[in-house]
Amino acid sequence: MAAPMLRWCCSGRRFAFARVGCGSCHRRGPPTGSTSNGKRGQSSVAQQPHITAQKPRKGEPEWAAVVGLEIHAQIASNSKLFSGSQVCFAAPPNSLVSFFDASLPGTLPVLNRRCVEAAVMTGLALDCHINRKSLFDRKHYFYADLPAGYQITQQRLPIAVNGSLAYSVYVGRKPSQMVTRTVRVKQIQLEQDSGKSLHDDLRSQTLIDLNRAEGQLRVDANISVHRPGEPLGIRTEVKNLNSARFLAKAIDYEIQRQINELENGGEILNETRSFDFKLGCTVPMRDKEGKQDYRFMPEPNLPPLLLYDSGSLPSGADPQQVINIDQLRERLPELPRVTRQRLVQQYGMLPEHSCVLLNEVGLLEFFQNVIKETRAEPKKVTSWVLNTFLGFLKQQNLAVSESPVTPSALAELLDLLDRKAISAPAAKQVFEELWRNEGKTPAQIVAEKKLELLQDPEALEQLCRSTLEAHPDVVMDLKRGNPRAINKLIGLVRKATLGRADPTAIKEVLERQLSS
Amino acid sequence: MLGRTLREVSVALKQGQITPTELCQRCLSLIKKTKFLNAYITVSEEVALKQAEESEKRYKKGHSLGDLDGIPIAVKDNFSTSGIETTCASNMLKGYVPPYNATVVQKLLDQGALLMGKTNLDEFAMGSGSTDGIFGPVKNPWSYSKQYREKRKQNSHSENEDSNWLITGGSSGGSAAAVSAFTCFAALGSDTGGSTRNPAAHCGVVGLKPSYGLVSRHGLIPLVNSMDVPGILTRCVDDAATVLGVLAGHDPKDSTTIQDPVKPFTLPSLTDVSKLCIGIPKVTFTKVLSSPIQTTDLGNRLVEFESLLCHFY
Repeated sequence: MAAPMLRWCCSGRRFAFARVGCGSCHRRGPPTGSTSNGKRGQSSVAQQPHITAQKPRKGEPEWAAVVGLEIHAQIASNSKLFSGSQVCFAAPPNSLVSFFDASLPGTLPVLNRRCVEAAVMTGLALDCHINRKSLFDRKHYFYADLPAGYQITQQRLPIAVNGSLAYSVYVGRKPSQMVTRTVRVKQIQLEQDSGKSLHDDLRSQTLIDLNRAEGQLRVDANISVHRPGEPLGIRTEVKNLNSARFLAKAIDYEIQRQINELENGGEILNETRSFDFKLGCTVPMRDKEGKQDYRFMPEPNLPPLLLYDSGSLPSGADPQQVINIDQLRERLPELPRVTRQRLVQQYGMLPEHSCVLLNEVGLLEFFQNVIKETRAEPKKVTSWVLNTFLGFLKQQNLAVSESPVTPSALAELLDLLDRKAISAPAAKQVFEELWRNEGKTPAQIVAEKKLELLQDPEALEQLCRSTLEAHPDVVMDLKRGNPRAINKLIGLVRKATLGRADPTAIKEVLERQLSS
Repeated sequence: MLGRTLREVSVALKQGQITPTELCQRCLSLIKKTKFLNAYITVSEEVALKQAEESEKRYKKGHSLGDLDGIPIAVKDNFSTSGIETTCASNMLKGYVPPYNATVVQKLLDQGALLMGKTNLDEFAMGSGSTDGIFGPVKNPWSYSKQYREKRKQNSHSENEDSNWLITGGSSGGSAAAVSAFTCFAALGSDTGGSTRNPAAHCGVVGLKPSYGLVSRHGLIPLVNSMDVPGILTRCVDDAATVLGVLAGHDPKDSTTIQDPVKPFTLPSLTDVSKLCIGIPKVTFTKVLSSPIQTTDLGNRLVEFESLLCHFY
């Protein structure tokens, strides 16, 4: 069956905040610690504040929300978790189904080594304790896309537990106002994914695709609210959220809905809800069938999964049959927080810059390729990549991989800028030309558009002098103390040089000439 | 010829005393004659004859695959057989034709065995009489023995002859009956709580339950995953050892099979049993023994048991 999935549960931060009004808006207050000041409307930790509605009512105590996330991530492997069949995105329906995936009688699951390695590496990256022995269970329920009638998962003893993830959050409007927060990872478990159901309302039928290589990341959120100091409230589950934006909206909405409900004397049902992204609200999902009994039982066809480290490896063990945690730890790539620290140290960039570099797919590699090929200062490269390059990408909604400008091209451009062959404004112009992707190199564009900086100091001196002579009124203006007049003069000289003079150099020459 | 052991027939085939096709046809003909036993759900006549043809070619060239080449066998209908209906004696799987062979079936076919057909069982192996399948009960061949028929004539006067038959035990009753009636030389059964040993005892044949993990369950439609094993039914113990030698061993498709390599073996011939020690669990045997044994005093003493003389613990 299954696209192999990793599921991990994060224990939520407690968000304490004050109620701001009846709308679907609120502000997230600071997490644990600073909730006790009881002030109304305190939004010192507001991220992106929603539209504010009315003022809060007086005399109302605070609410604390608890959020837990269940994250389903598909493992990047060539074949599925328990069957040998391939995993391939966007393959034709039911073209990658083995006998086991179709639950033909008599077929048995066989654990995929690569999936176990991926789970261990994820556990190591999230600072979890790796269970040397973990067990597989069956979780039974009936649905058309689950031909076996059960899903193989790790309920009792998962592969990794008790981890944490540190991440950065903007606390103010300025990018420099970033703090580090931590989220706890309760456990990581391997489990099968079910099939995909496609509802054809037109023909009143549902079609099942057992390939299961669908959406790579899904999140279910569990949300409850309570008054600080009191026991936790009843939780609801909001399922199948596919983007971070909808996740945030759904959680915000659900927290507010629960608060409203409780403040109006109602009660929260332990139910499953889904998020209607068009209406921006959560709606109940399942029929009132009561709590599902999944009839968990150990999976008898899979023996306990035993993992070893270099100290506990049985002698004479076949390396194909055992998994060594220490070896996997060595194979871990550099983790993001280490990369960010390294970027800050090596290139002197700000922490928030390193975040942006890592958060955009392919951007770090692009940046590093430019650094490799250019003589320009890293700070210049950082600025160009994060501001100009990224700006152009975002404007046209492109991914780094779709960029018309290659790292080599940008490196060449920065080299020209570095040896002052062109001015900064000229460089921007060249970049625009490069973006049009007509196959020209920066040097060619500079030559074509005659953007080279005036290298002859004599010629610049002459042009400045002639401009000063041609515009005595502006000179007068400047002498009278108007600081903006100098800019006008610079502009005039620039026009005279057809944009080929560096504004700073012009300014310096003019000032010198004027003072003499 | 059909009354011989597997080993003996194998020798006969190698020596050319009989061809696989002749052997196959005789078995098929006997299957037809003993249809009233209801041992077979599906008789795979065409498949068997084709396999016989190929086996014959091999024997002619002198390239036989081994002891099982050209030997008619039967397989319980809860083993997946590619292209041959596998019903588990249930309406739920009636008409189900699997696209793959169970590992044990494949191993037998790879050795050149001839598949006579799929045998009857209790539905999904849930039973110990082979009476609860949708295709009806299996009749014990011993129901038609001279002794039993005479006994029946003495006891019953007006009862319908047809309803006086003995069960085979189960759930692998069809396999046991098939072997007992000489329609094949070995049959696959399955054993979860006695389903191979029980019908073997009832039908007077040898039933072997291998240890869990020794033989692959891939393709055996499960009853209890943590207890099921494929079982072997033959007319003598040596034959069971031969078949076990072919079937045992790790299967990458079954994660519950042991990894250790398994070597085929032959049993030593046992002429002197006086030095043989048999271990009996005390708990089991205090109440279940039949009267000839019960009247003796068990302990470290010699016991007479038919014509054997051996120590019992």
